[in-house]
Amino acid sequence: MNNYSYISLIPLLPIATFLLLGLFGRKYFSSLSGIIGTLSLSVSAFLSILTAYKYFFVDGKVNGVFQQIIPLKYTWLQFSPTISIDMGIVVDPLSVMMLVVITFVSLMVHVFSLGYMKGEERFATYYAFLSLFTFSMLGLVLSTNIFQMYMFWELVGVSSFLLIGYYFDKPSAVAAAKKAFIVTRFADLGFLIGILILAFHAETLDFQTLIARLTDPQSSQILSSVTSSLFGVSALTWGLTLVFMGGAGKSAMFPLHIWLPDAMEGPTPVSALIHAATMVVAGVYLVARLFPVYCFDVSALQVVTYVGAFSALLAAVIACTQTDIKRVLAYSTMSQIGYMMFSLGVSKYGGEEGLGYMASLFHLFTHAFFKSLLFLGAGSVIHMVHSNEMKDMGGLRKHMPITHITFLIACLAIAGIPPFAGFFSKEEILLAAFHSNKLVFFVALFTSGLTAFYMFRLYYSIFWKKAAHLHGEHHDEGTFTMKIPLVILGACALLVGFVPISQFITSDGIGLETHIDVIFSITPVALAIAGILLATSLYKNENDRPIKISLAFGKFYEAAHKKFYIDEVYLFIIQKIIFNLIGRPAAWIDKNIVDGLMNLLAFITAEFSEFFKGLQSGKVQSYALYFFAGIFGLAVLFIYLVK
Amino acid sequence: MIVNDFFMLMKQELMIFVIIFILLFIKIGKDRSAENLLYFINALLLINVISGFILPSEGMIFSDMFKTNSLIMLEKNILNIGTLIISMQSYSWLKNHKHMIEFYILLLSTLMGMFFMISSGNVLMFYLGLELSTIPLAAIANFDLDKRKSSEAAFKFIISSAFSSGLLLFGISLIYGTTGSLTFSEIGQHITSNPLQIFAFVLLLAGFSFKISVVPFHLWTADVYEGAPIAVTSYLSVISKGAVLFVFVSVLYTVFKPITEIWYNMLFLLSIVTILIGNLFAIRQENFKRFLAFSSIAQVGFILVGITGSSQMGSASVIYFVLIYIFSNLGAFGVVSIVSALTGKENISDYKAFYKTNPMLSWVLTIALFSLAGVPPTAGFFGKFFLLMAGAAKGNYILITIAALNMIISFYYYLRVVKAIFMDENNQPIEKLHVPILPKLALLICVIGIVCIGLMSGVYEYIYSLSTGF
Repeated sequence: MNNYSYISLIPLLPIATFLLLGLFGRKYFSSLSGIIGTLSLSVSAFLSILTAYKYFFVDGKVNGVFQQIIPLKYTWLQFSPTISIDMGIVVDPLSVMMLVVITFVSLMVHVFSLGYMKGEERFATYYAFLSLFTFSMLGLVLSTNIFQMYMFWELVGVSSFLLIGYYFDKPSAVAAAKKAFIVTRFADLGFLIGILILAFHAETLDFQTLIARLTDPQSSQILSSVTSSLFGVSALTWGLTLVFMGGAGKSAMFPLHIWLPDAMEGPTPVSALIHAATMVVAGVYLVARLFPVYCFDVSALQVVTYVGAFSALLAAVIACTQTDIKRVLAYSTMSQIGYMMFSLGVSKYGGEEGLGYMASLFHLFTHAFFKSLLFLGAGSVIHMVHSNEMKDMGGLRKHMPITHITFLIACLAIAGIPPFAGFFSKEEILLAAFHSNKLVFFVALFTSGLTAFYMFRLYYSIFWKKAAHLHGEHHDEGTFTMKIPLVILGACALLVGFVPISQFITSDGIGLETHIDVIFSITPVALAIAGILLATSLYKNENDRPIKISLAFGKFYEAAHKKFYIDEVYLFIIQKIIFNLIGRPAAWIDKNIVDGLMNLLAFITAEFSEFFKGLQSGKVQSYALYFFAGIFGLAVLFIYLVK
Repeated sequence: MIVNDFFMLMKQELMIFVIIFILLFIKIGKDRSAENLLYFINALLLINVISGFILPSEGMIFSDMFKTNSLIMLEKNILNIGTLIISMQSYSWLKNHKHMIEFYILLLSTLMGMFFMISSGNVLMFYLGLELSTIPLAAIANFDLDKRKSSEAAFKFIISSAFSSGLLLFGISLIYGTTGSLTFSEIGQHITSNPLQIFAFVLLLAGFSFKISVVPFHLWTADVYEGAPIAVTSYLSVISKGAVLFVFVSVLYTVFKPITEIWYNMLFLLSIVTILIGNLFAIRQENFKRFLAFSSIAQVGFILVGITGSSQMGSASVIYFVLIYIFSNLGAFGVVSIVSALTGKENISDYKAFYKTNPMLSWVLTIALFSLAGVPPTAGFFGKFFLLMAGAAKGNYILITIAALNMIISFYYYLRVVKAIFMDENNQPIEKLHVPILPKLALLICVIGIVCIGLMSGVYEYIYSLSTGF
């Protein structure tokens, strides 16, 4: 095998940049920090693309299969004789593709930010955080060990917290960053327990060994994880479902999606990086990484399928009603990731049946390009009109031609119109769903019509509808550095659909012959066109039809507009139930009963003993009482009740 | 190496003994400037730390009353390091204190008590060490002589301790009555699950639990922590807790091995209650010391989860966590003690906008709190993860789930403090503080410890190689 150890440079460059900019950037070369960050990342991106070329074309398949290579691995900690924590780098089709996606999109965002964030006071800090985020994300996809992945997973959470809360003098940004952090932390709790369960049964933390042991029906490990159960569900299913919970948190799957719309408070290029192409697809990556094990356990895979399909539909419905352009994009991301998830869910391991796996990652690949393009386009629009609301926009097509054209390309791509990138990947997903789960297929079909509708609603609201009424001082489309990434990504959104991903990335590494089934494609494309036409008739010119429709839908529109009250339900649970049922009583007992008892005891003591009067608050007696109660309780429990 | 040499085996105790003597002579002699004296004492403590690492030896003396080995020596070294850090942090407070030397004499006596306790091979020796480590502590809890709360804390501490010691002694006598022996190794052979022995075990457990603040034996903690001088509070919360935890693990894993099933269930219950109560109360505390007191109760709950693992992994992860906990908690206490000594402010709300005036101290406090909360890549994250991992080895997922859920709760309240420091507005923030060199060094050591111990895998592996389990 060829030497791939230079890959370690790909994540090391961003972390070096982070240290450099974080420690010295602000003081010594604030204005240069953008250039430094961009240059270092372009080296990483170049190395990634080189790796992809070398891996797929120079080395190619061995015995018809793409090999998993581990060029670098050392045991970082021997936790116990059987379990070790390794640090290493894995090279396989999945990680190589992710490398390319992450470094490329991150590079585009770096370049775009040169113009977008210009003049910010904490310019160097911003680039330092971007580098930290890129490093953690790269570390995550290169992990050979589930613990290593978990560490980078948490680091991704921390750095996205820093980026979302970048405008930390804005209370809503701070609140959003906190919400994102706490919700994903909660999900990570599931991941953590899932890891513990899997590691306990598989007796390893290493991905390769873990997958080998848990997919071999004869192994003692699989026997122990299938036979031991909790609440009638086997340990394997619990472990996988909990691991998926962690993935669902990062990937904003229902019901853990509530942080994503709020996270739009961060700078827009950050959203393009985190919320389009990298962090939010970490969940998909996680399931794909453990896919052989998921295939072994049908019930966990069912959970993935239905959560994905439901999220796709729900997010699309909500997206139709939002008026903040970034929130529309946030919900659309959630919807598209829902596609990737259920596509994994309907897949099987290897062969023709494994189409879903390939389709999911294909969609991840194309989505990264057109969604980050959409976000960057939105960023350039916001840069121009200084607002996120649709009502402040309209008629911008003449003022920002490049943004307009590239945004249109991205909208066509996400709507699934041939020959744009989204069409190819979405076709494969629908085909995979069609062959294995009809219910999911119809949900997906309906959602793809909705997607076309709400994306073009967005498009017309920004660029058509009414004449632009720009007021205030100087407006322009943004600097050269802001336009370049738009053009490059626009070209990608046009072309990446033709990349024969199916040759490279399949669950078994063998490769798959796929072809576009023209007859099958007619329905989804027709639906997408219908969605676009509907949006055209409603939103191209100003008229009162949208309002009438929303009135006709009445309560449903209202509910969708309020995101189906999911935030309120959470708030209710947290504030009313947890706070009232646990917090308040605890406080009340503490204040009234414990303190009262102690005050009473203090009073009695004060009466009886003059000597201790000033000194003794009387609490110590009650402490002794509790002490005795504890001993008594334990003794009775374990001597008489538990035998 | 295995030796029977008294000087070699007891070298750590003797070292402390020598330091106490030097201090006595200084006290008798003429007055010296407090600052020079403090530098001198800290230098002595540094020598003490270094000497602890030289020539580890193994053996038993005094008819198996006193035993030592590499693991025990390591545990004592950990305590030595913690004591040195606390001493350096208390510089500002002690500088103006009339009875500084007495403070050190009492403090070191308790440390010696802990050493005897850790090295004990006999129940009586253990009890002696325990008392030696407790009574002088009550005296120094009273060292803020002009503060009423301080004497109240001392009084509560001594009464509660006496109470728990009495019950512990009762338990020991029952053990003696049923097994006919006072040596740990012999007791272990005669432990069965007959009710009287279980009752005796419960009494012993209560005594241990009192010292490490396990609910419901924890009630003294908050009052004493709040009232005592911060140096004493941090000593109580890390050193004295750490010492008792070391003994607790070894007693459970060796002496009470035959009734593992029973103590496993007891610890299961106690750890859940401890984590829950500690966390729920920590959320609503306003005084920083009380806040740290309750959060440290919750931390002990996590340690209990690790102990339930009852394996070599369990024992190693507990010792590892105590080491990390010393650095993290002392990092937090260090900043609080500096602020308190220089400004007298002790409430969390006083720390609003602390970052604007004292960025360095804010970062230290933040790193320490992150480590306590278990955020990667700080050492606290690894410590907690290993504890849960050890606990999970028993396959009790209810316990692990509750513990992990509580990590989120604790996350919330640690983050609340960080938010106050960085984001809240304040008209009268704490002014810019001038921190003397010794406390600064102590904080530096803590930060280095927090950052490095987690990443240097050798530390855990070394502890693991020394630990025993079953």
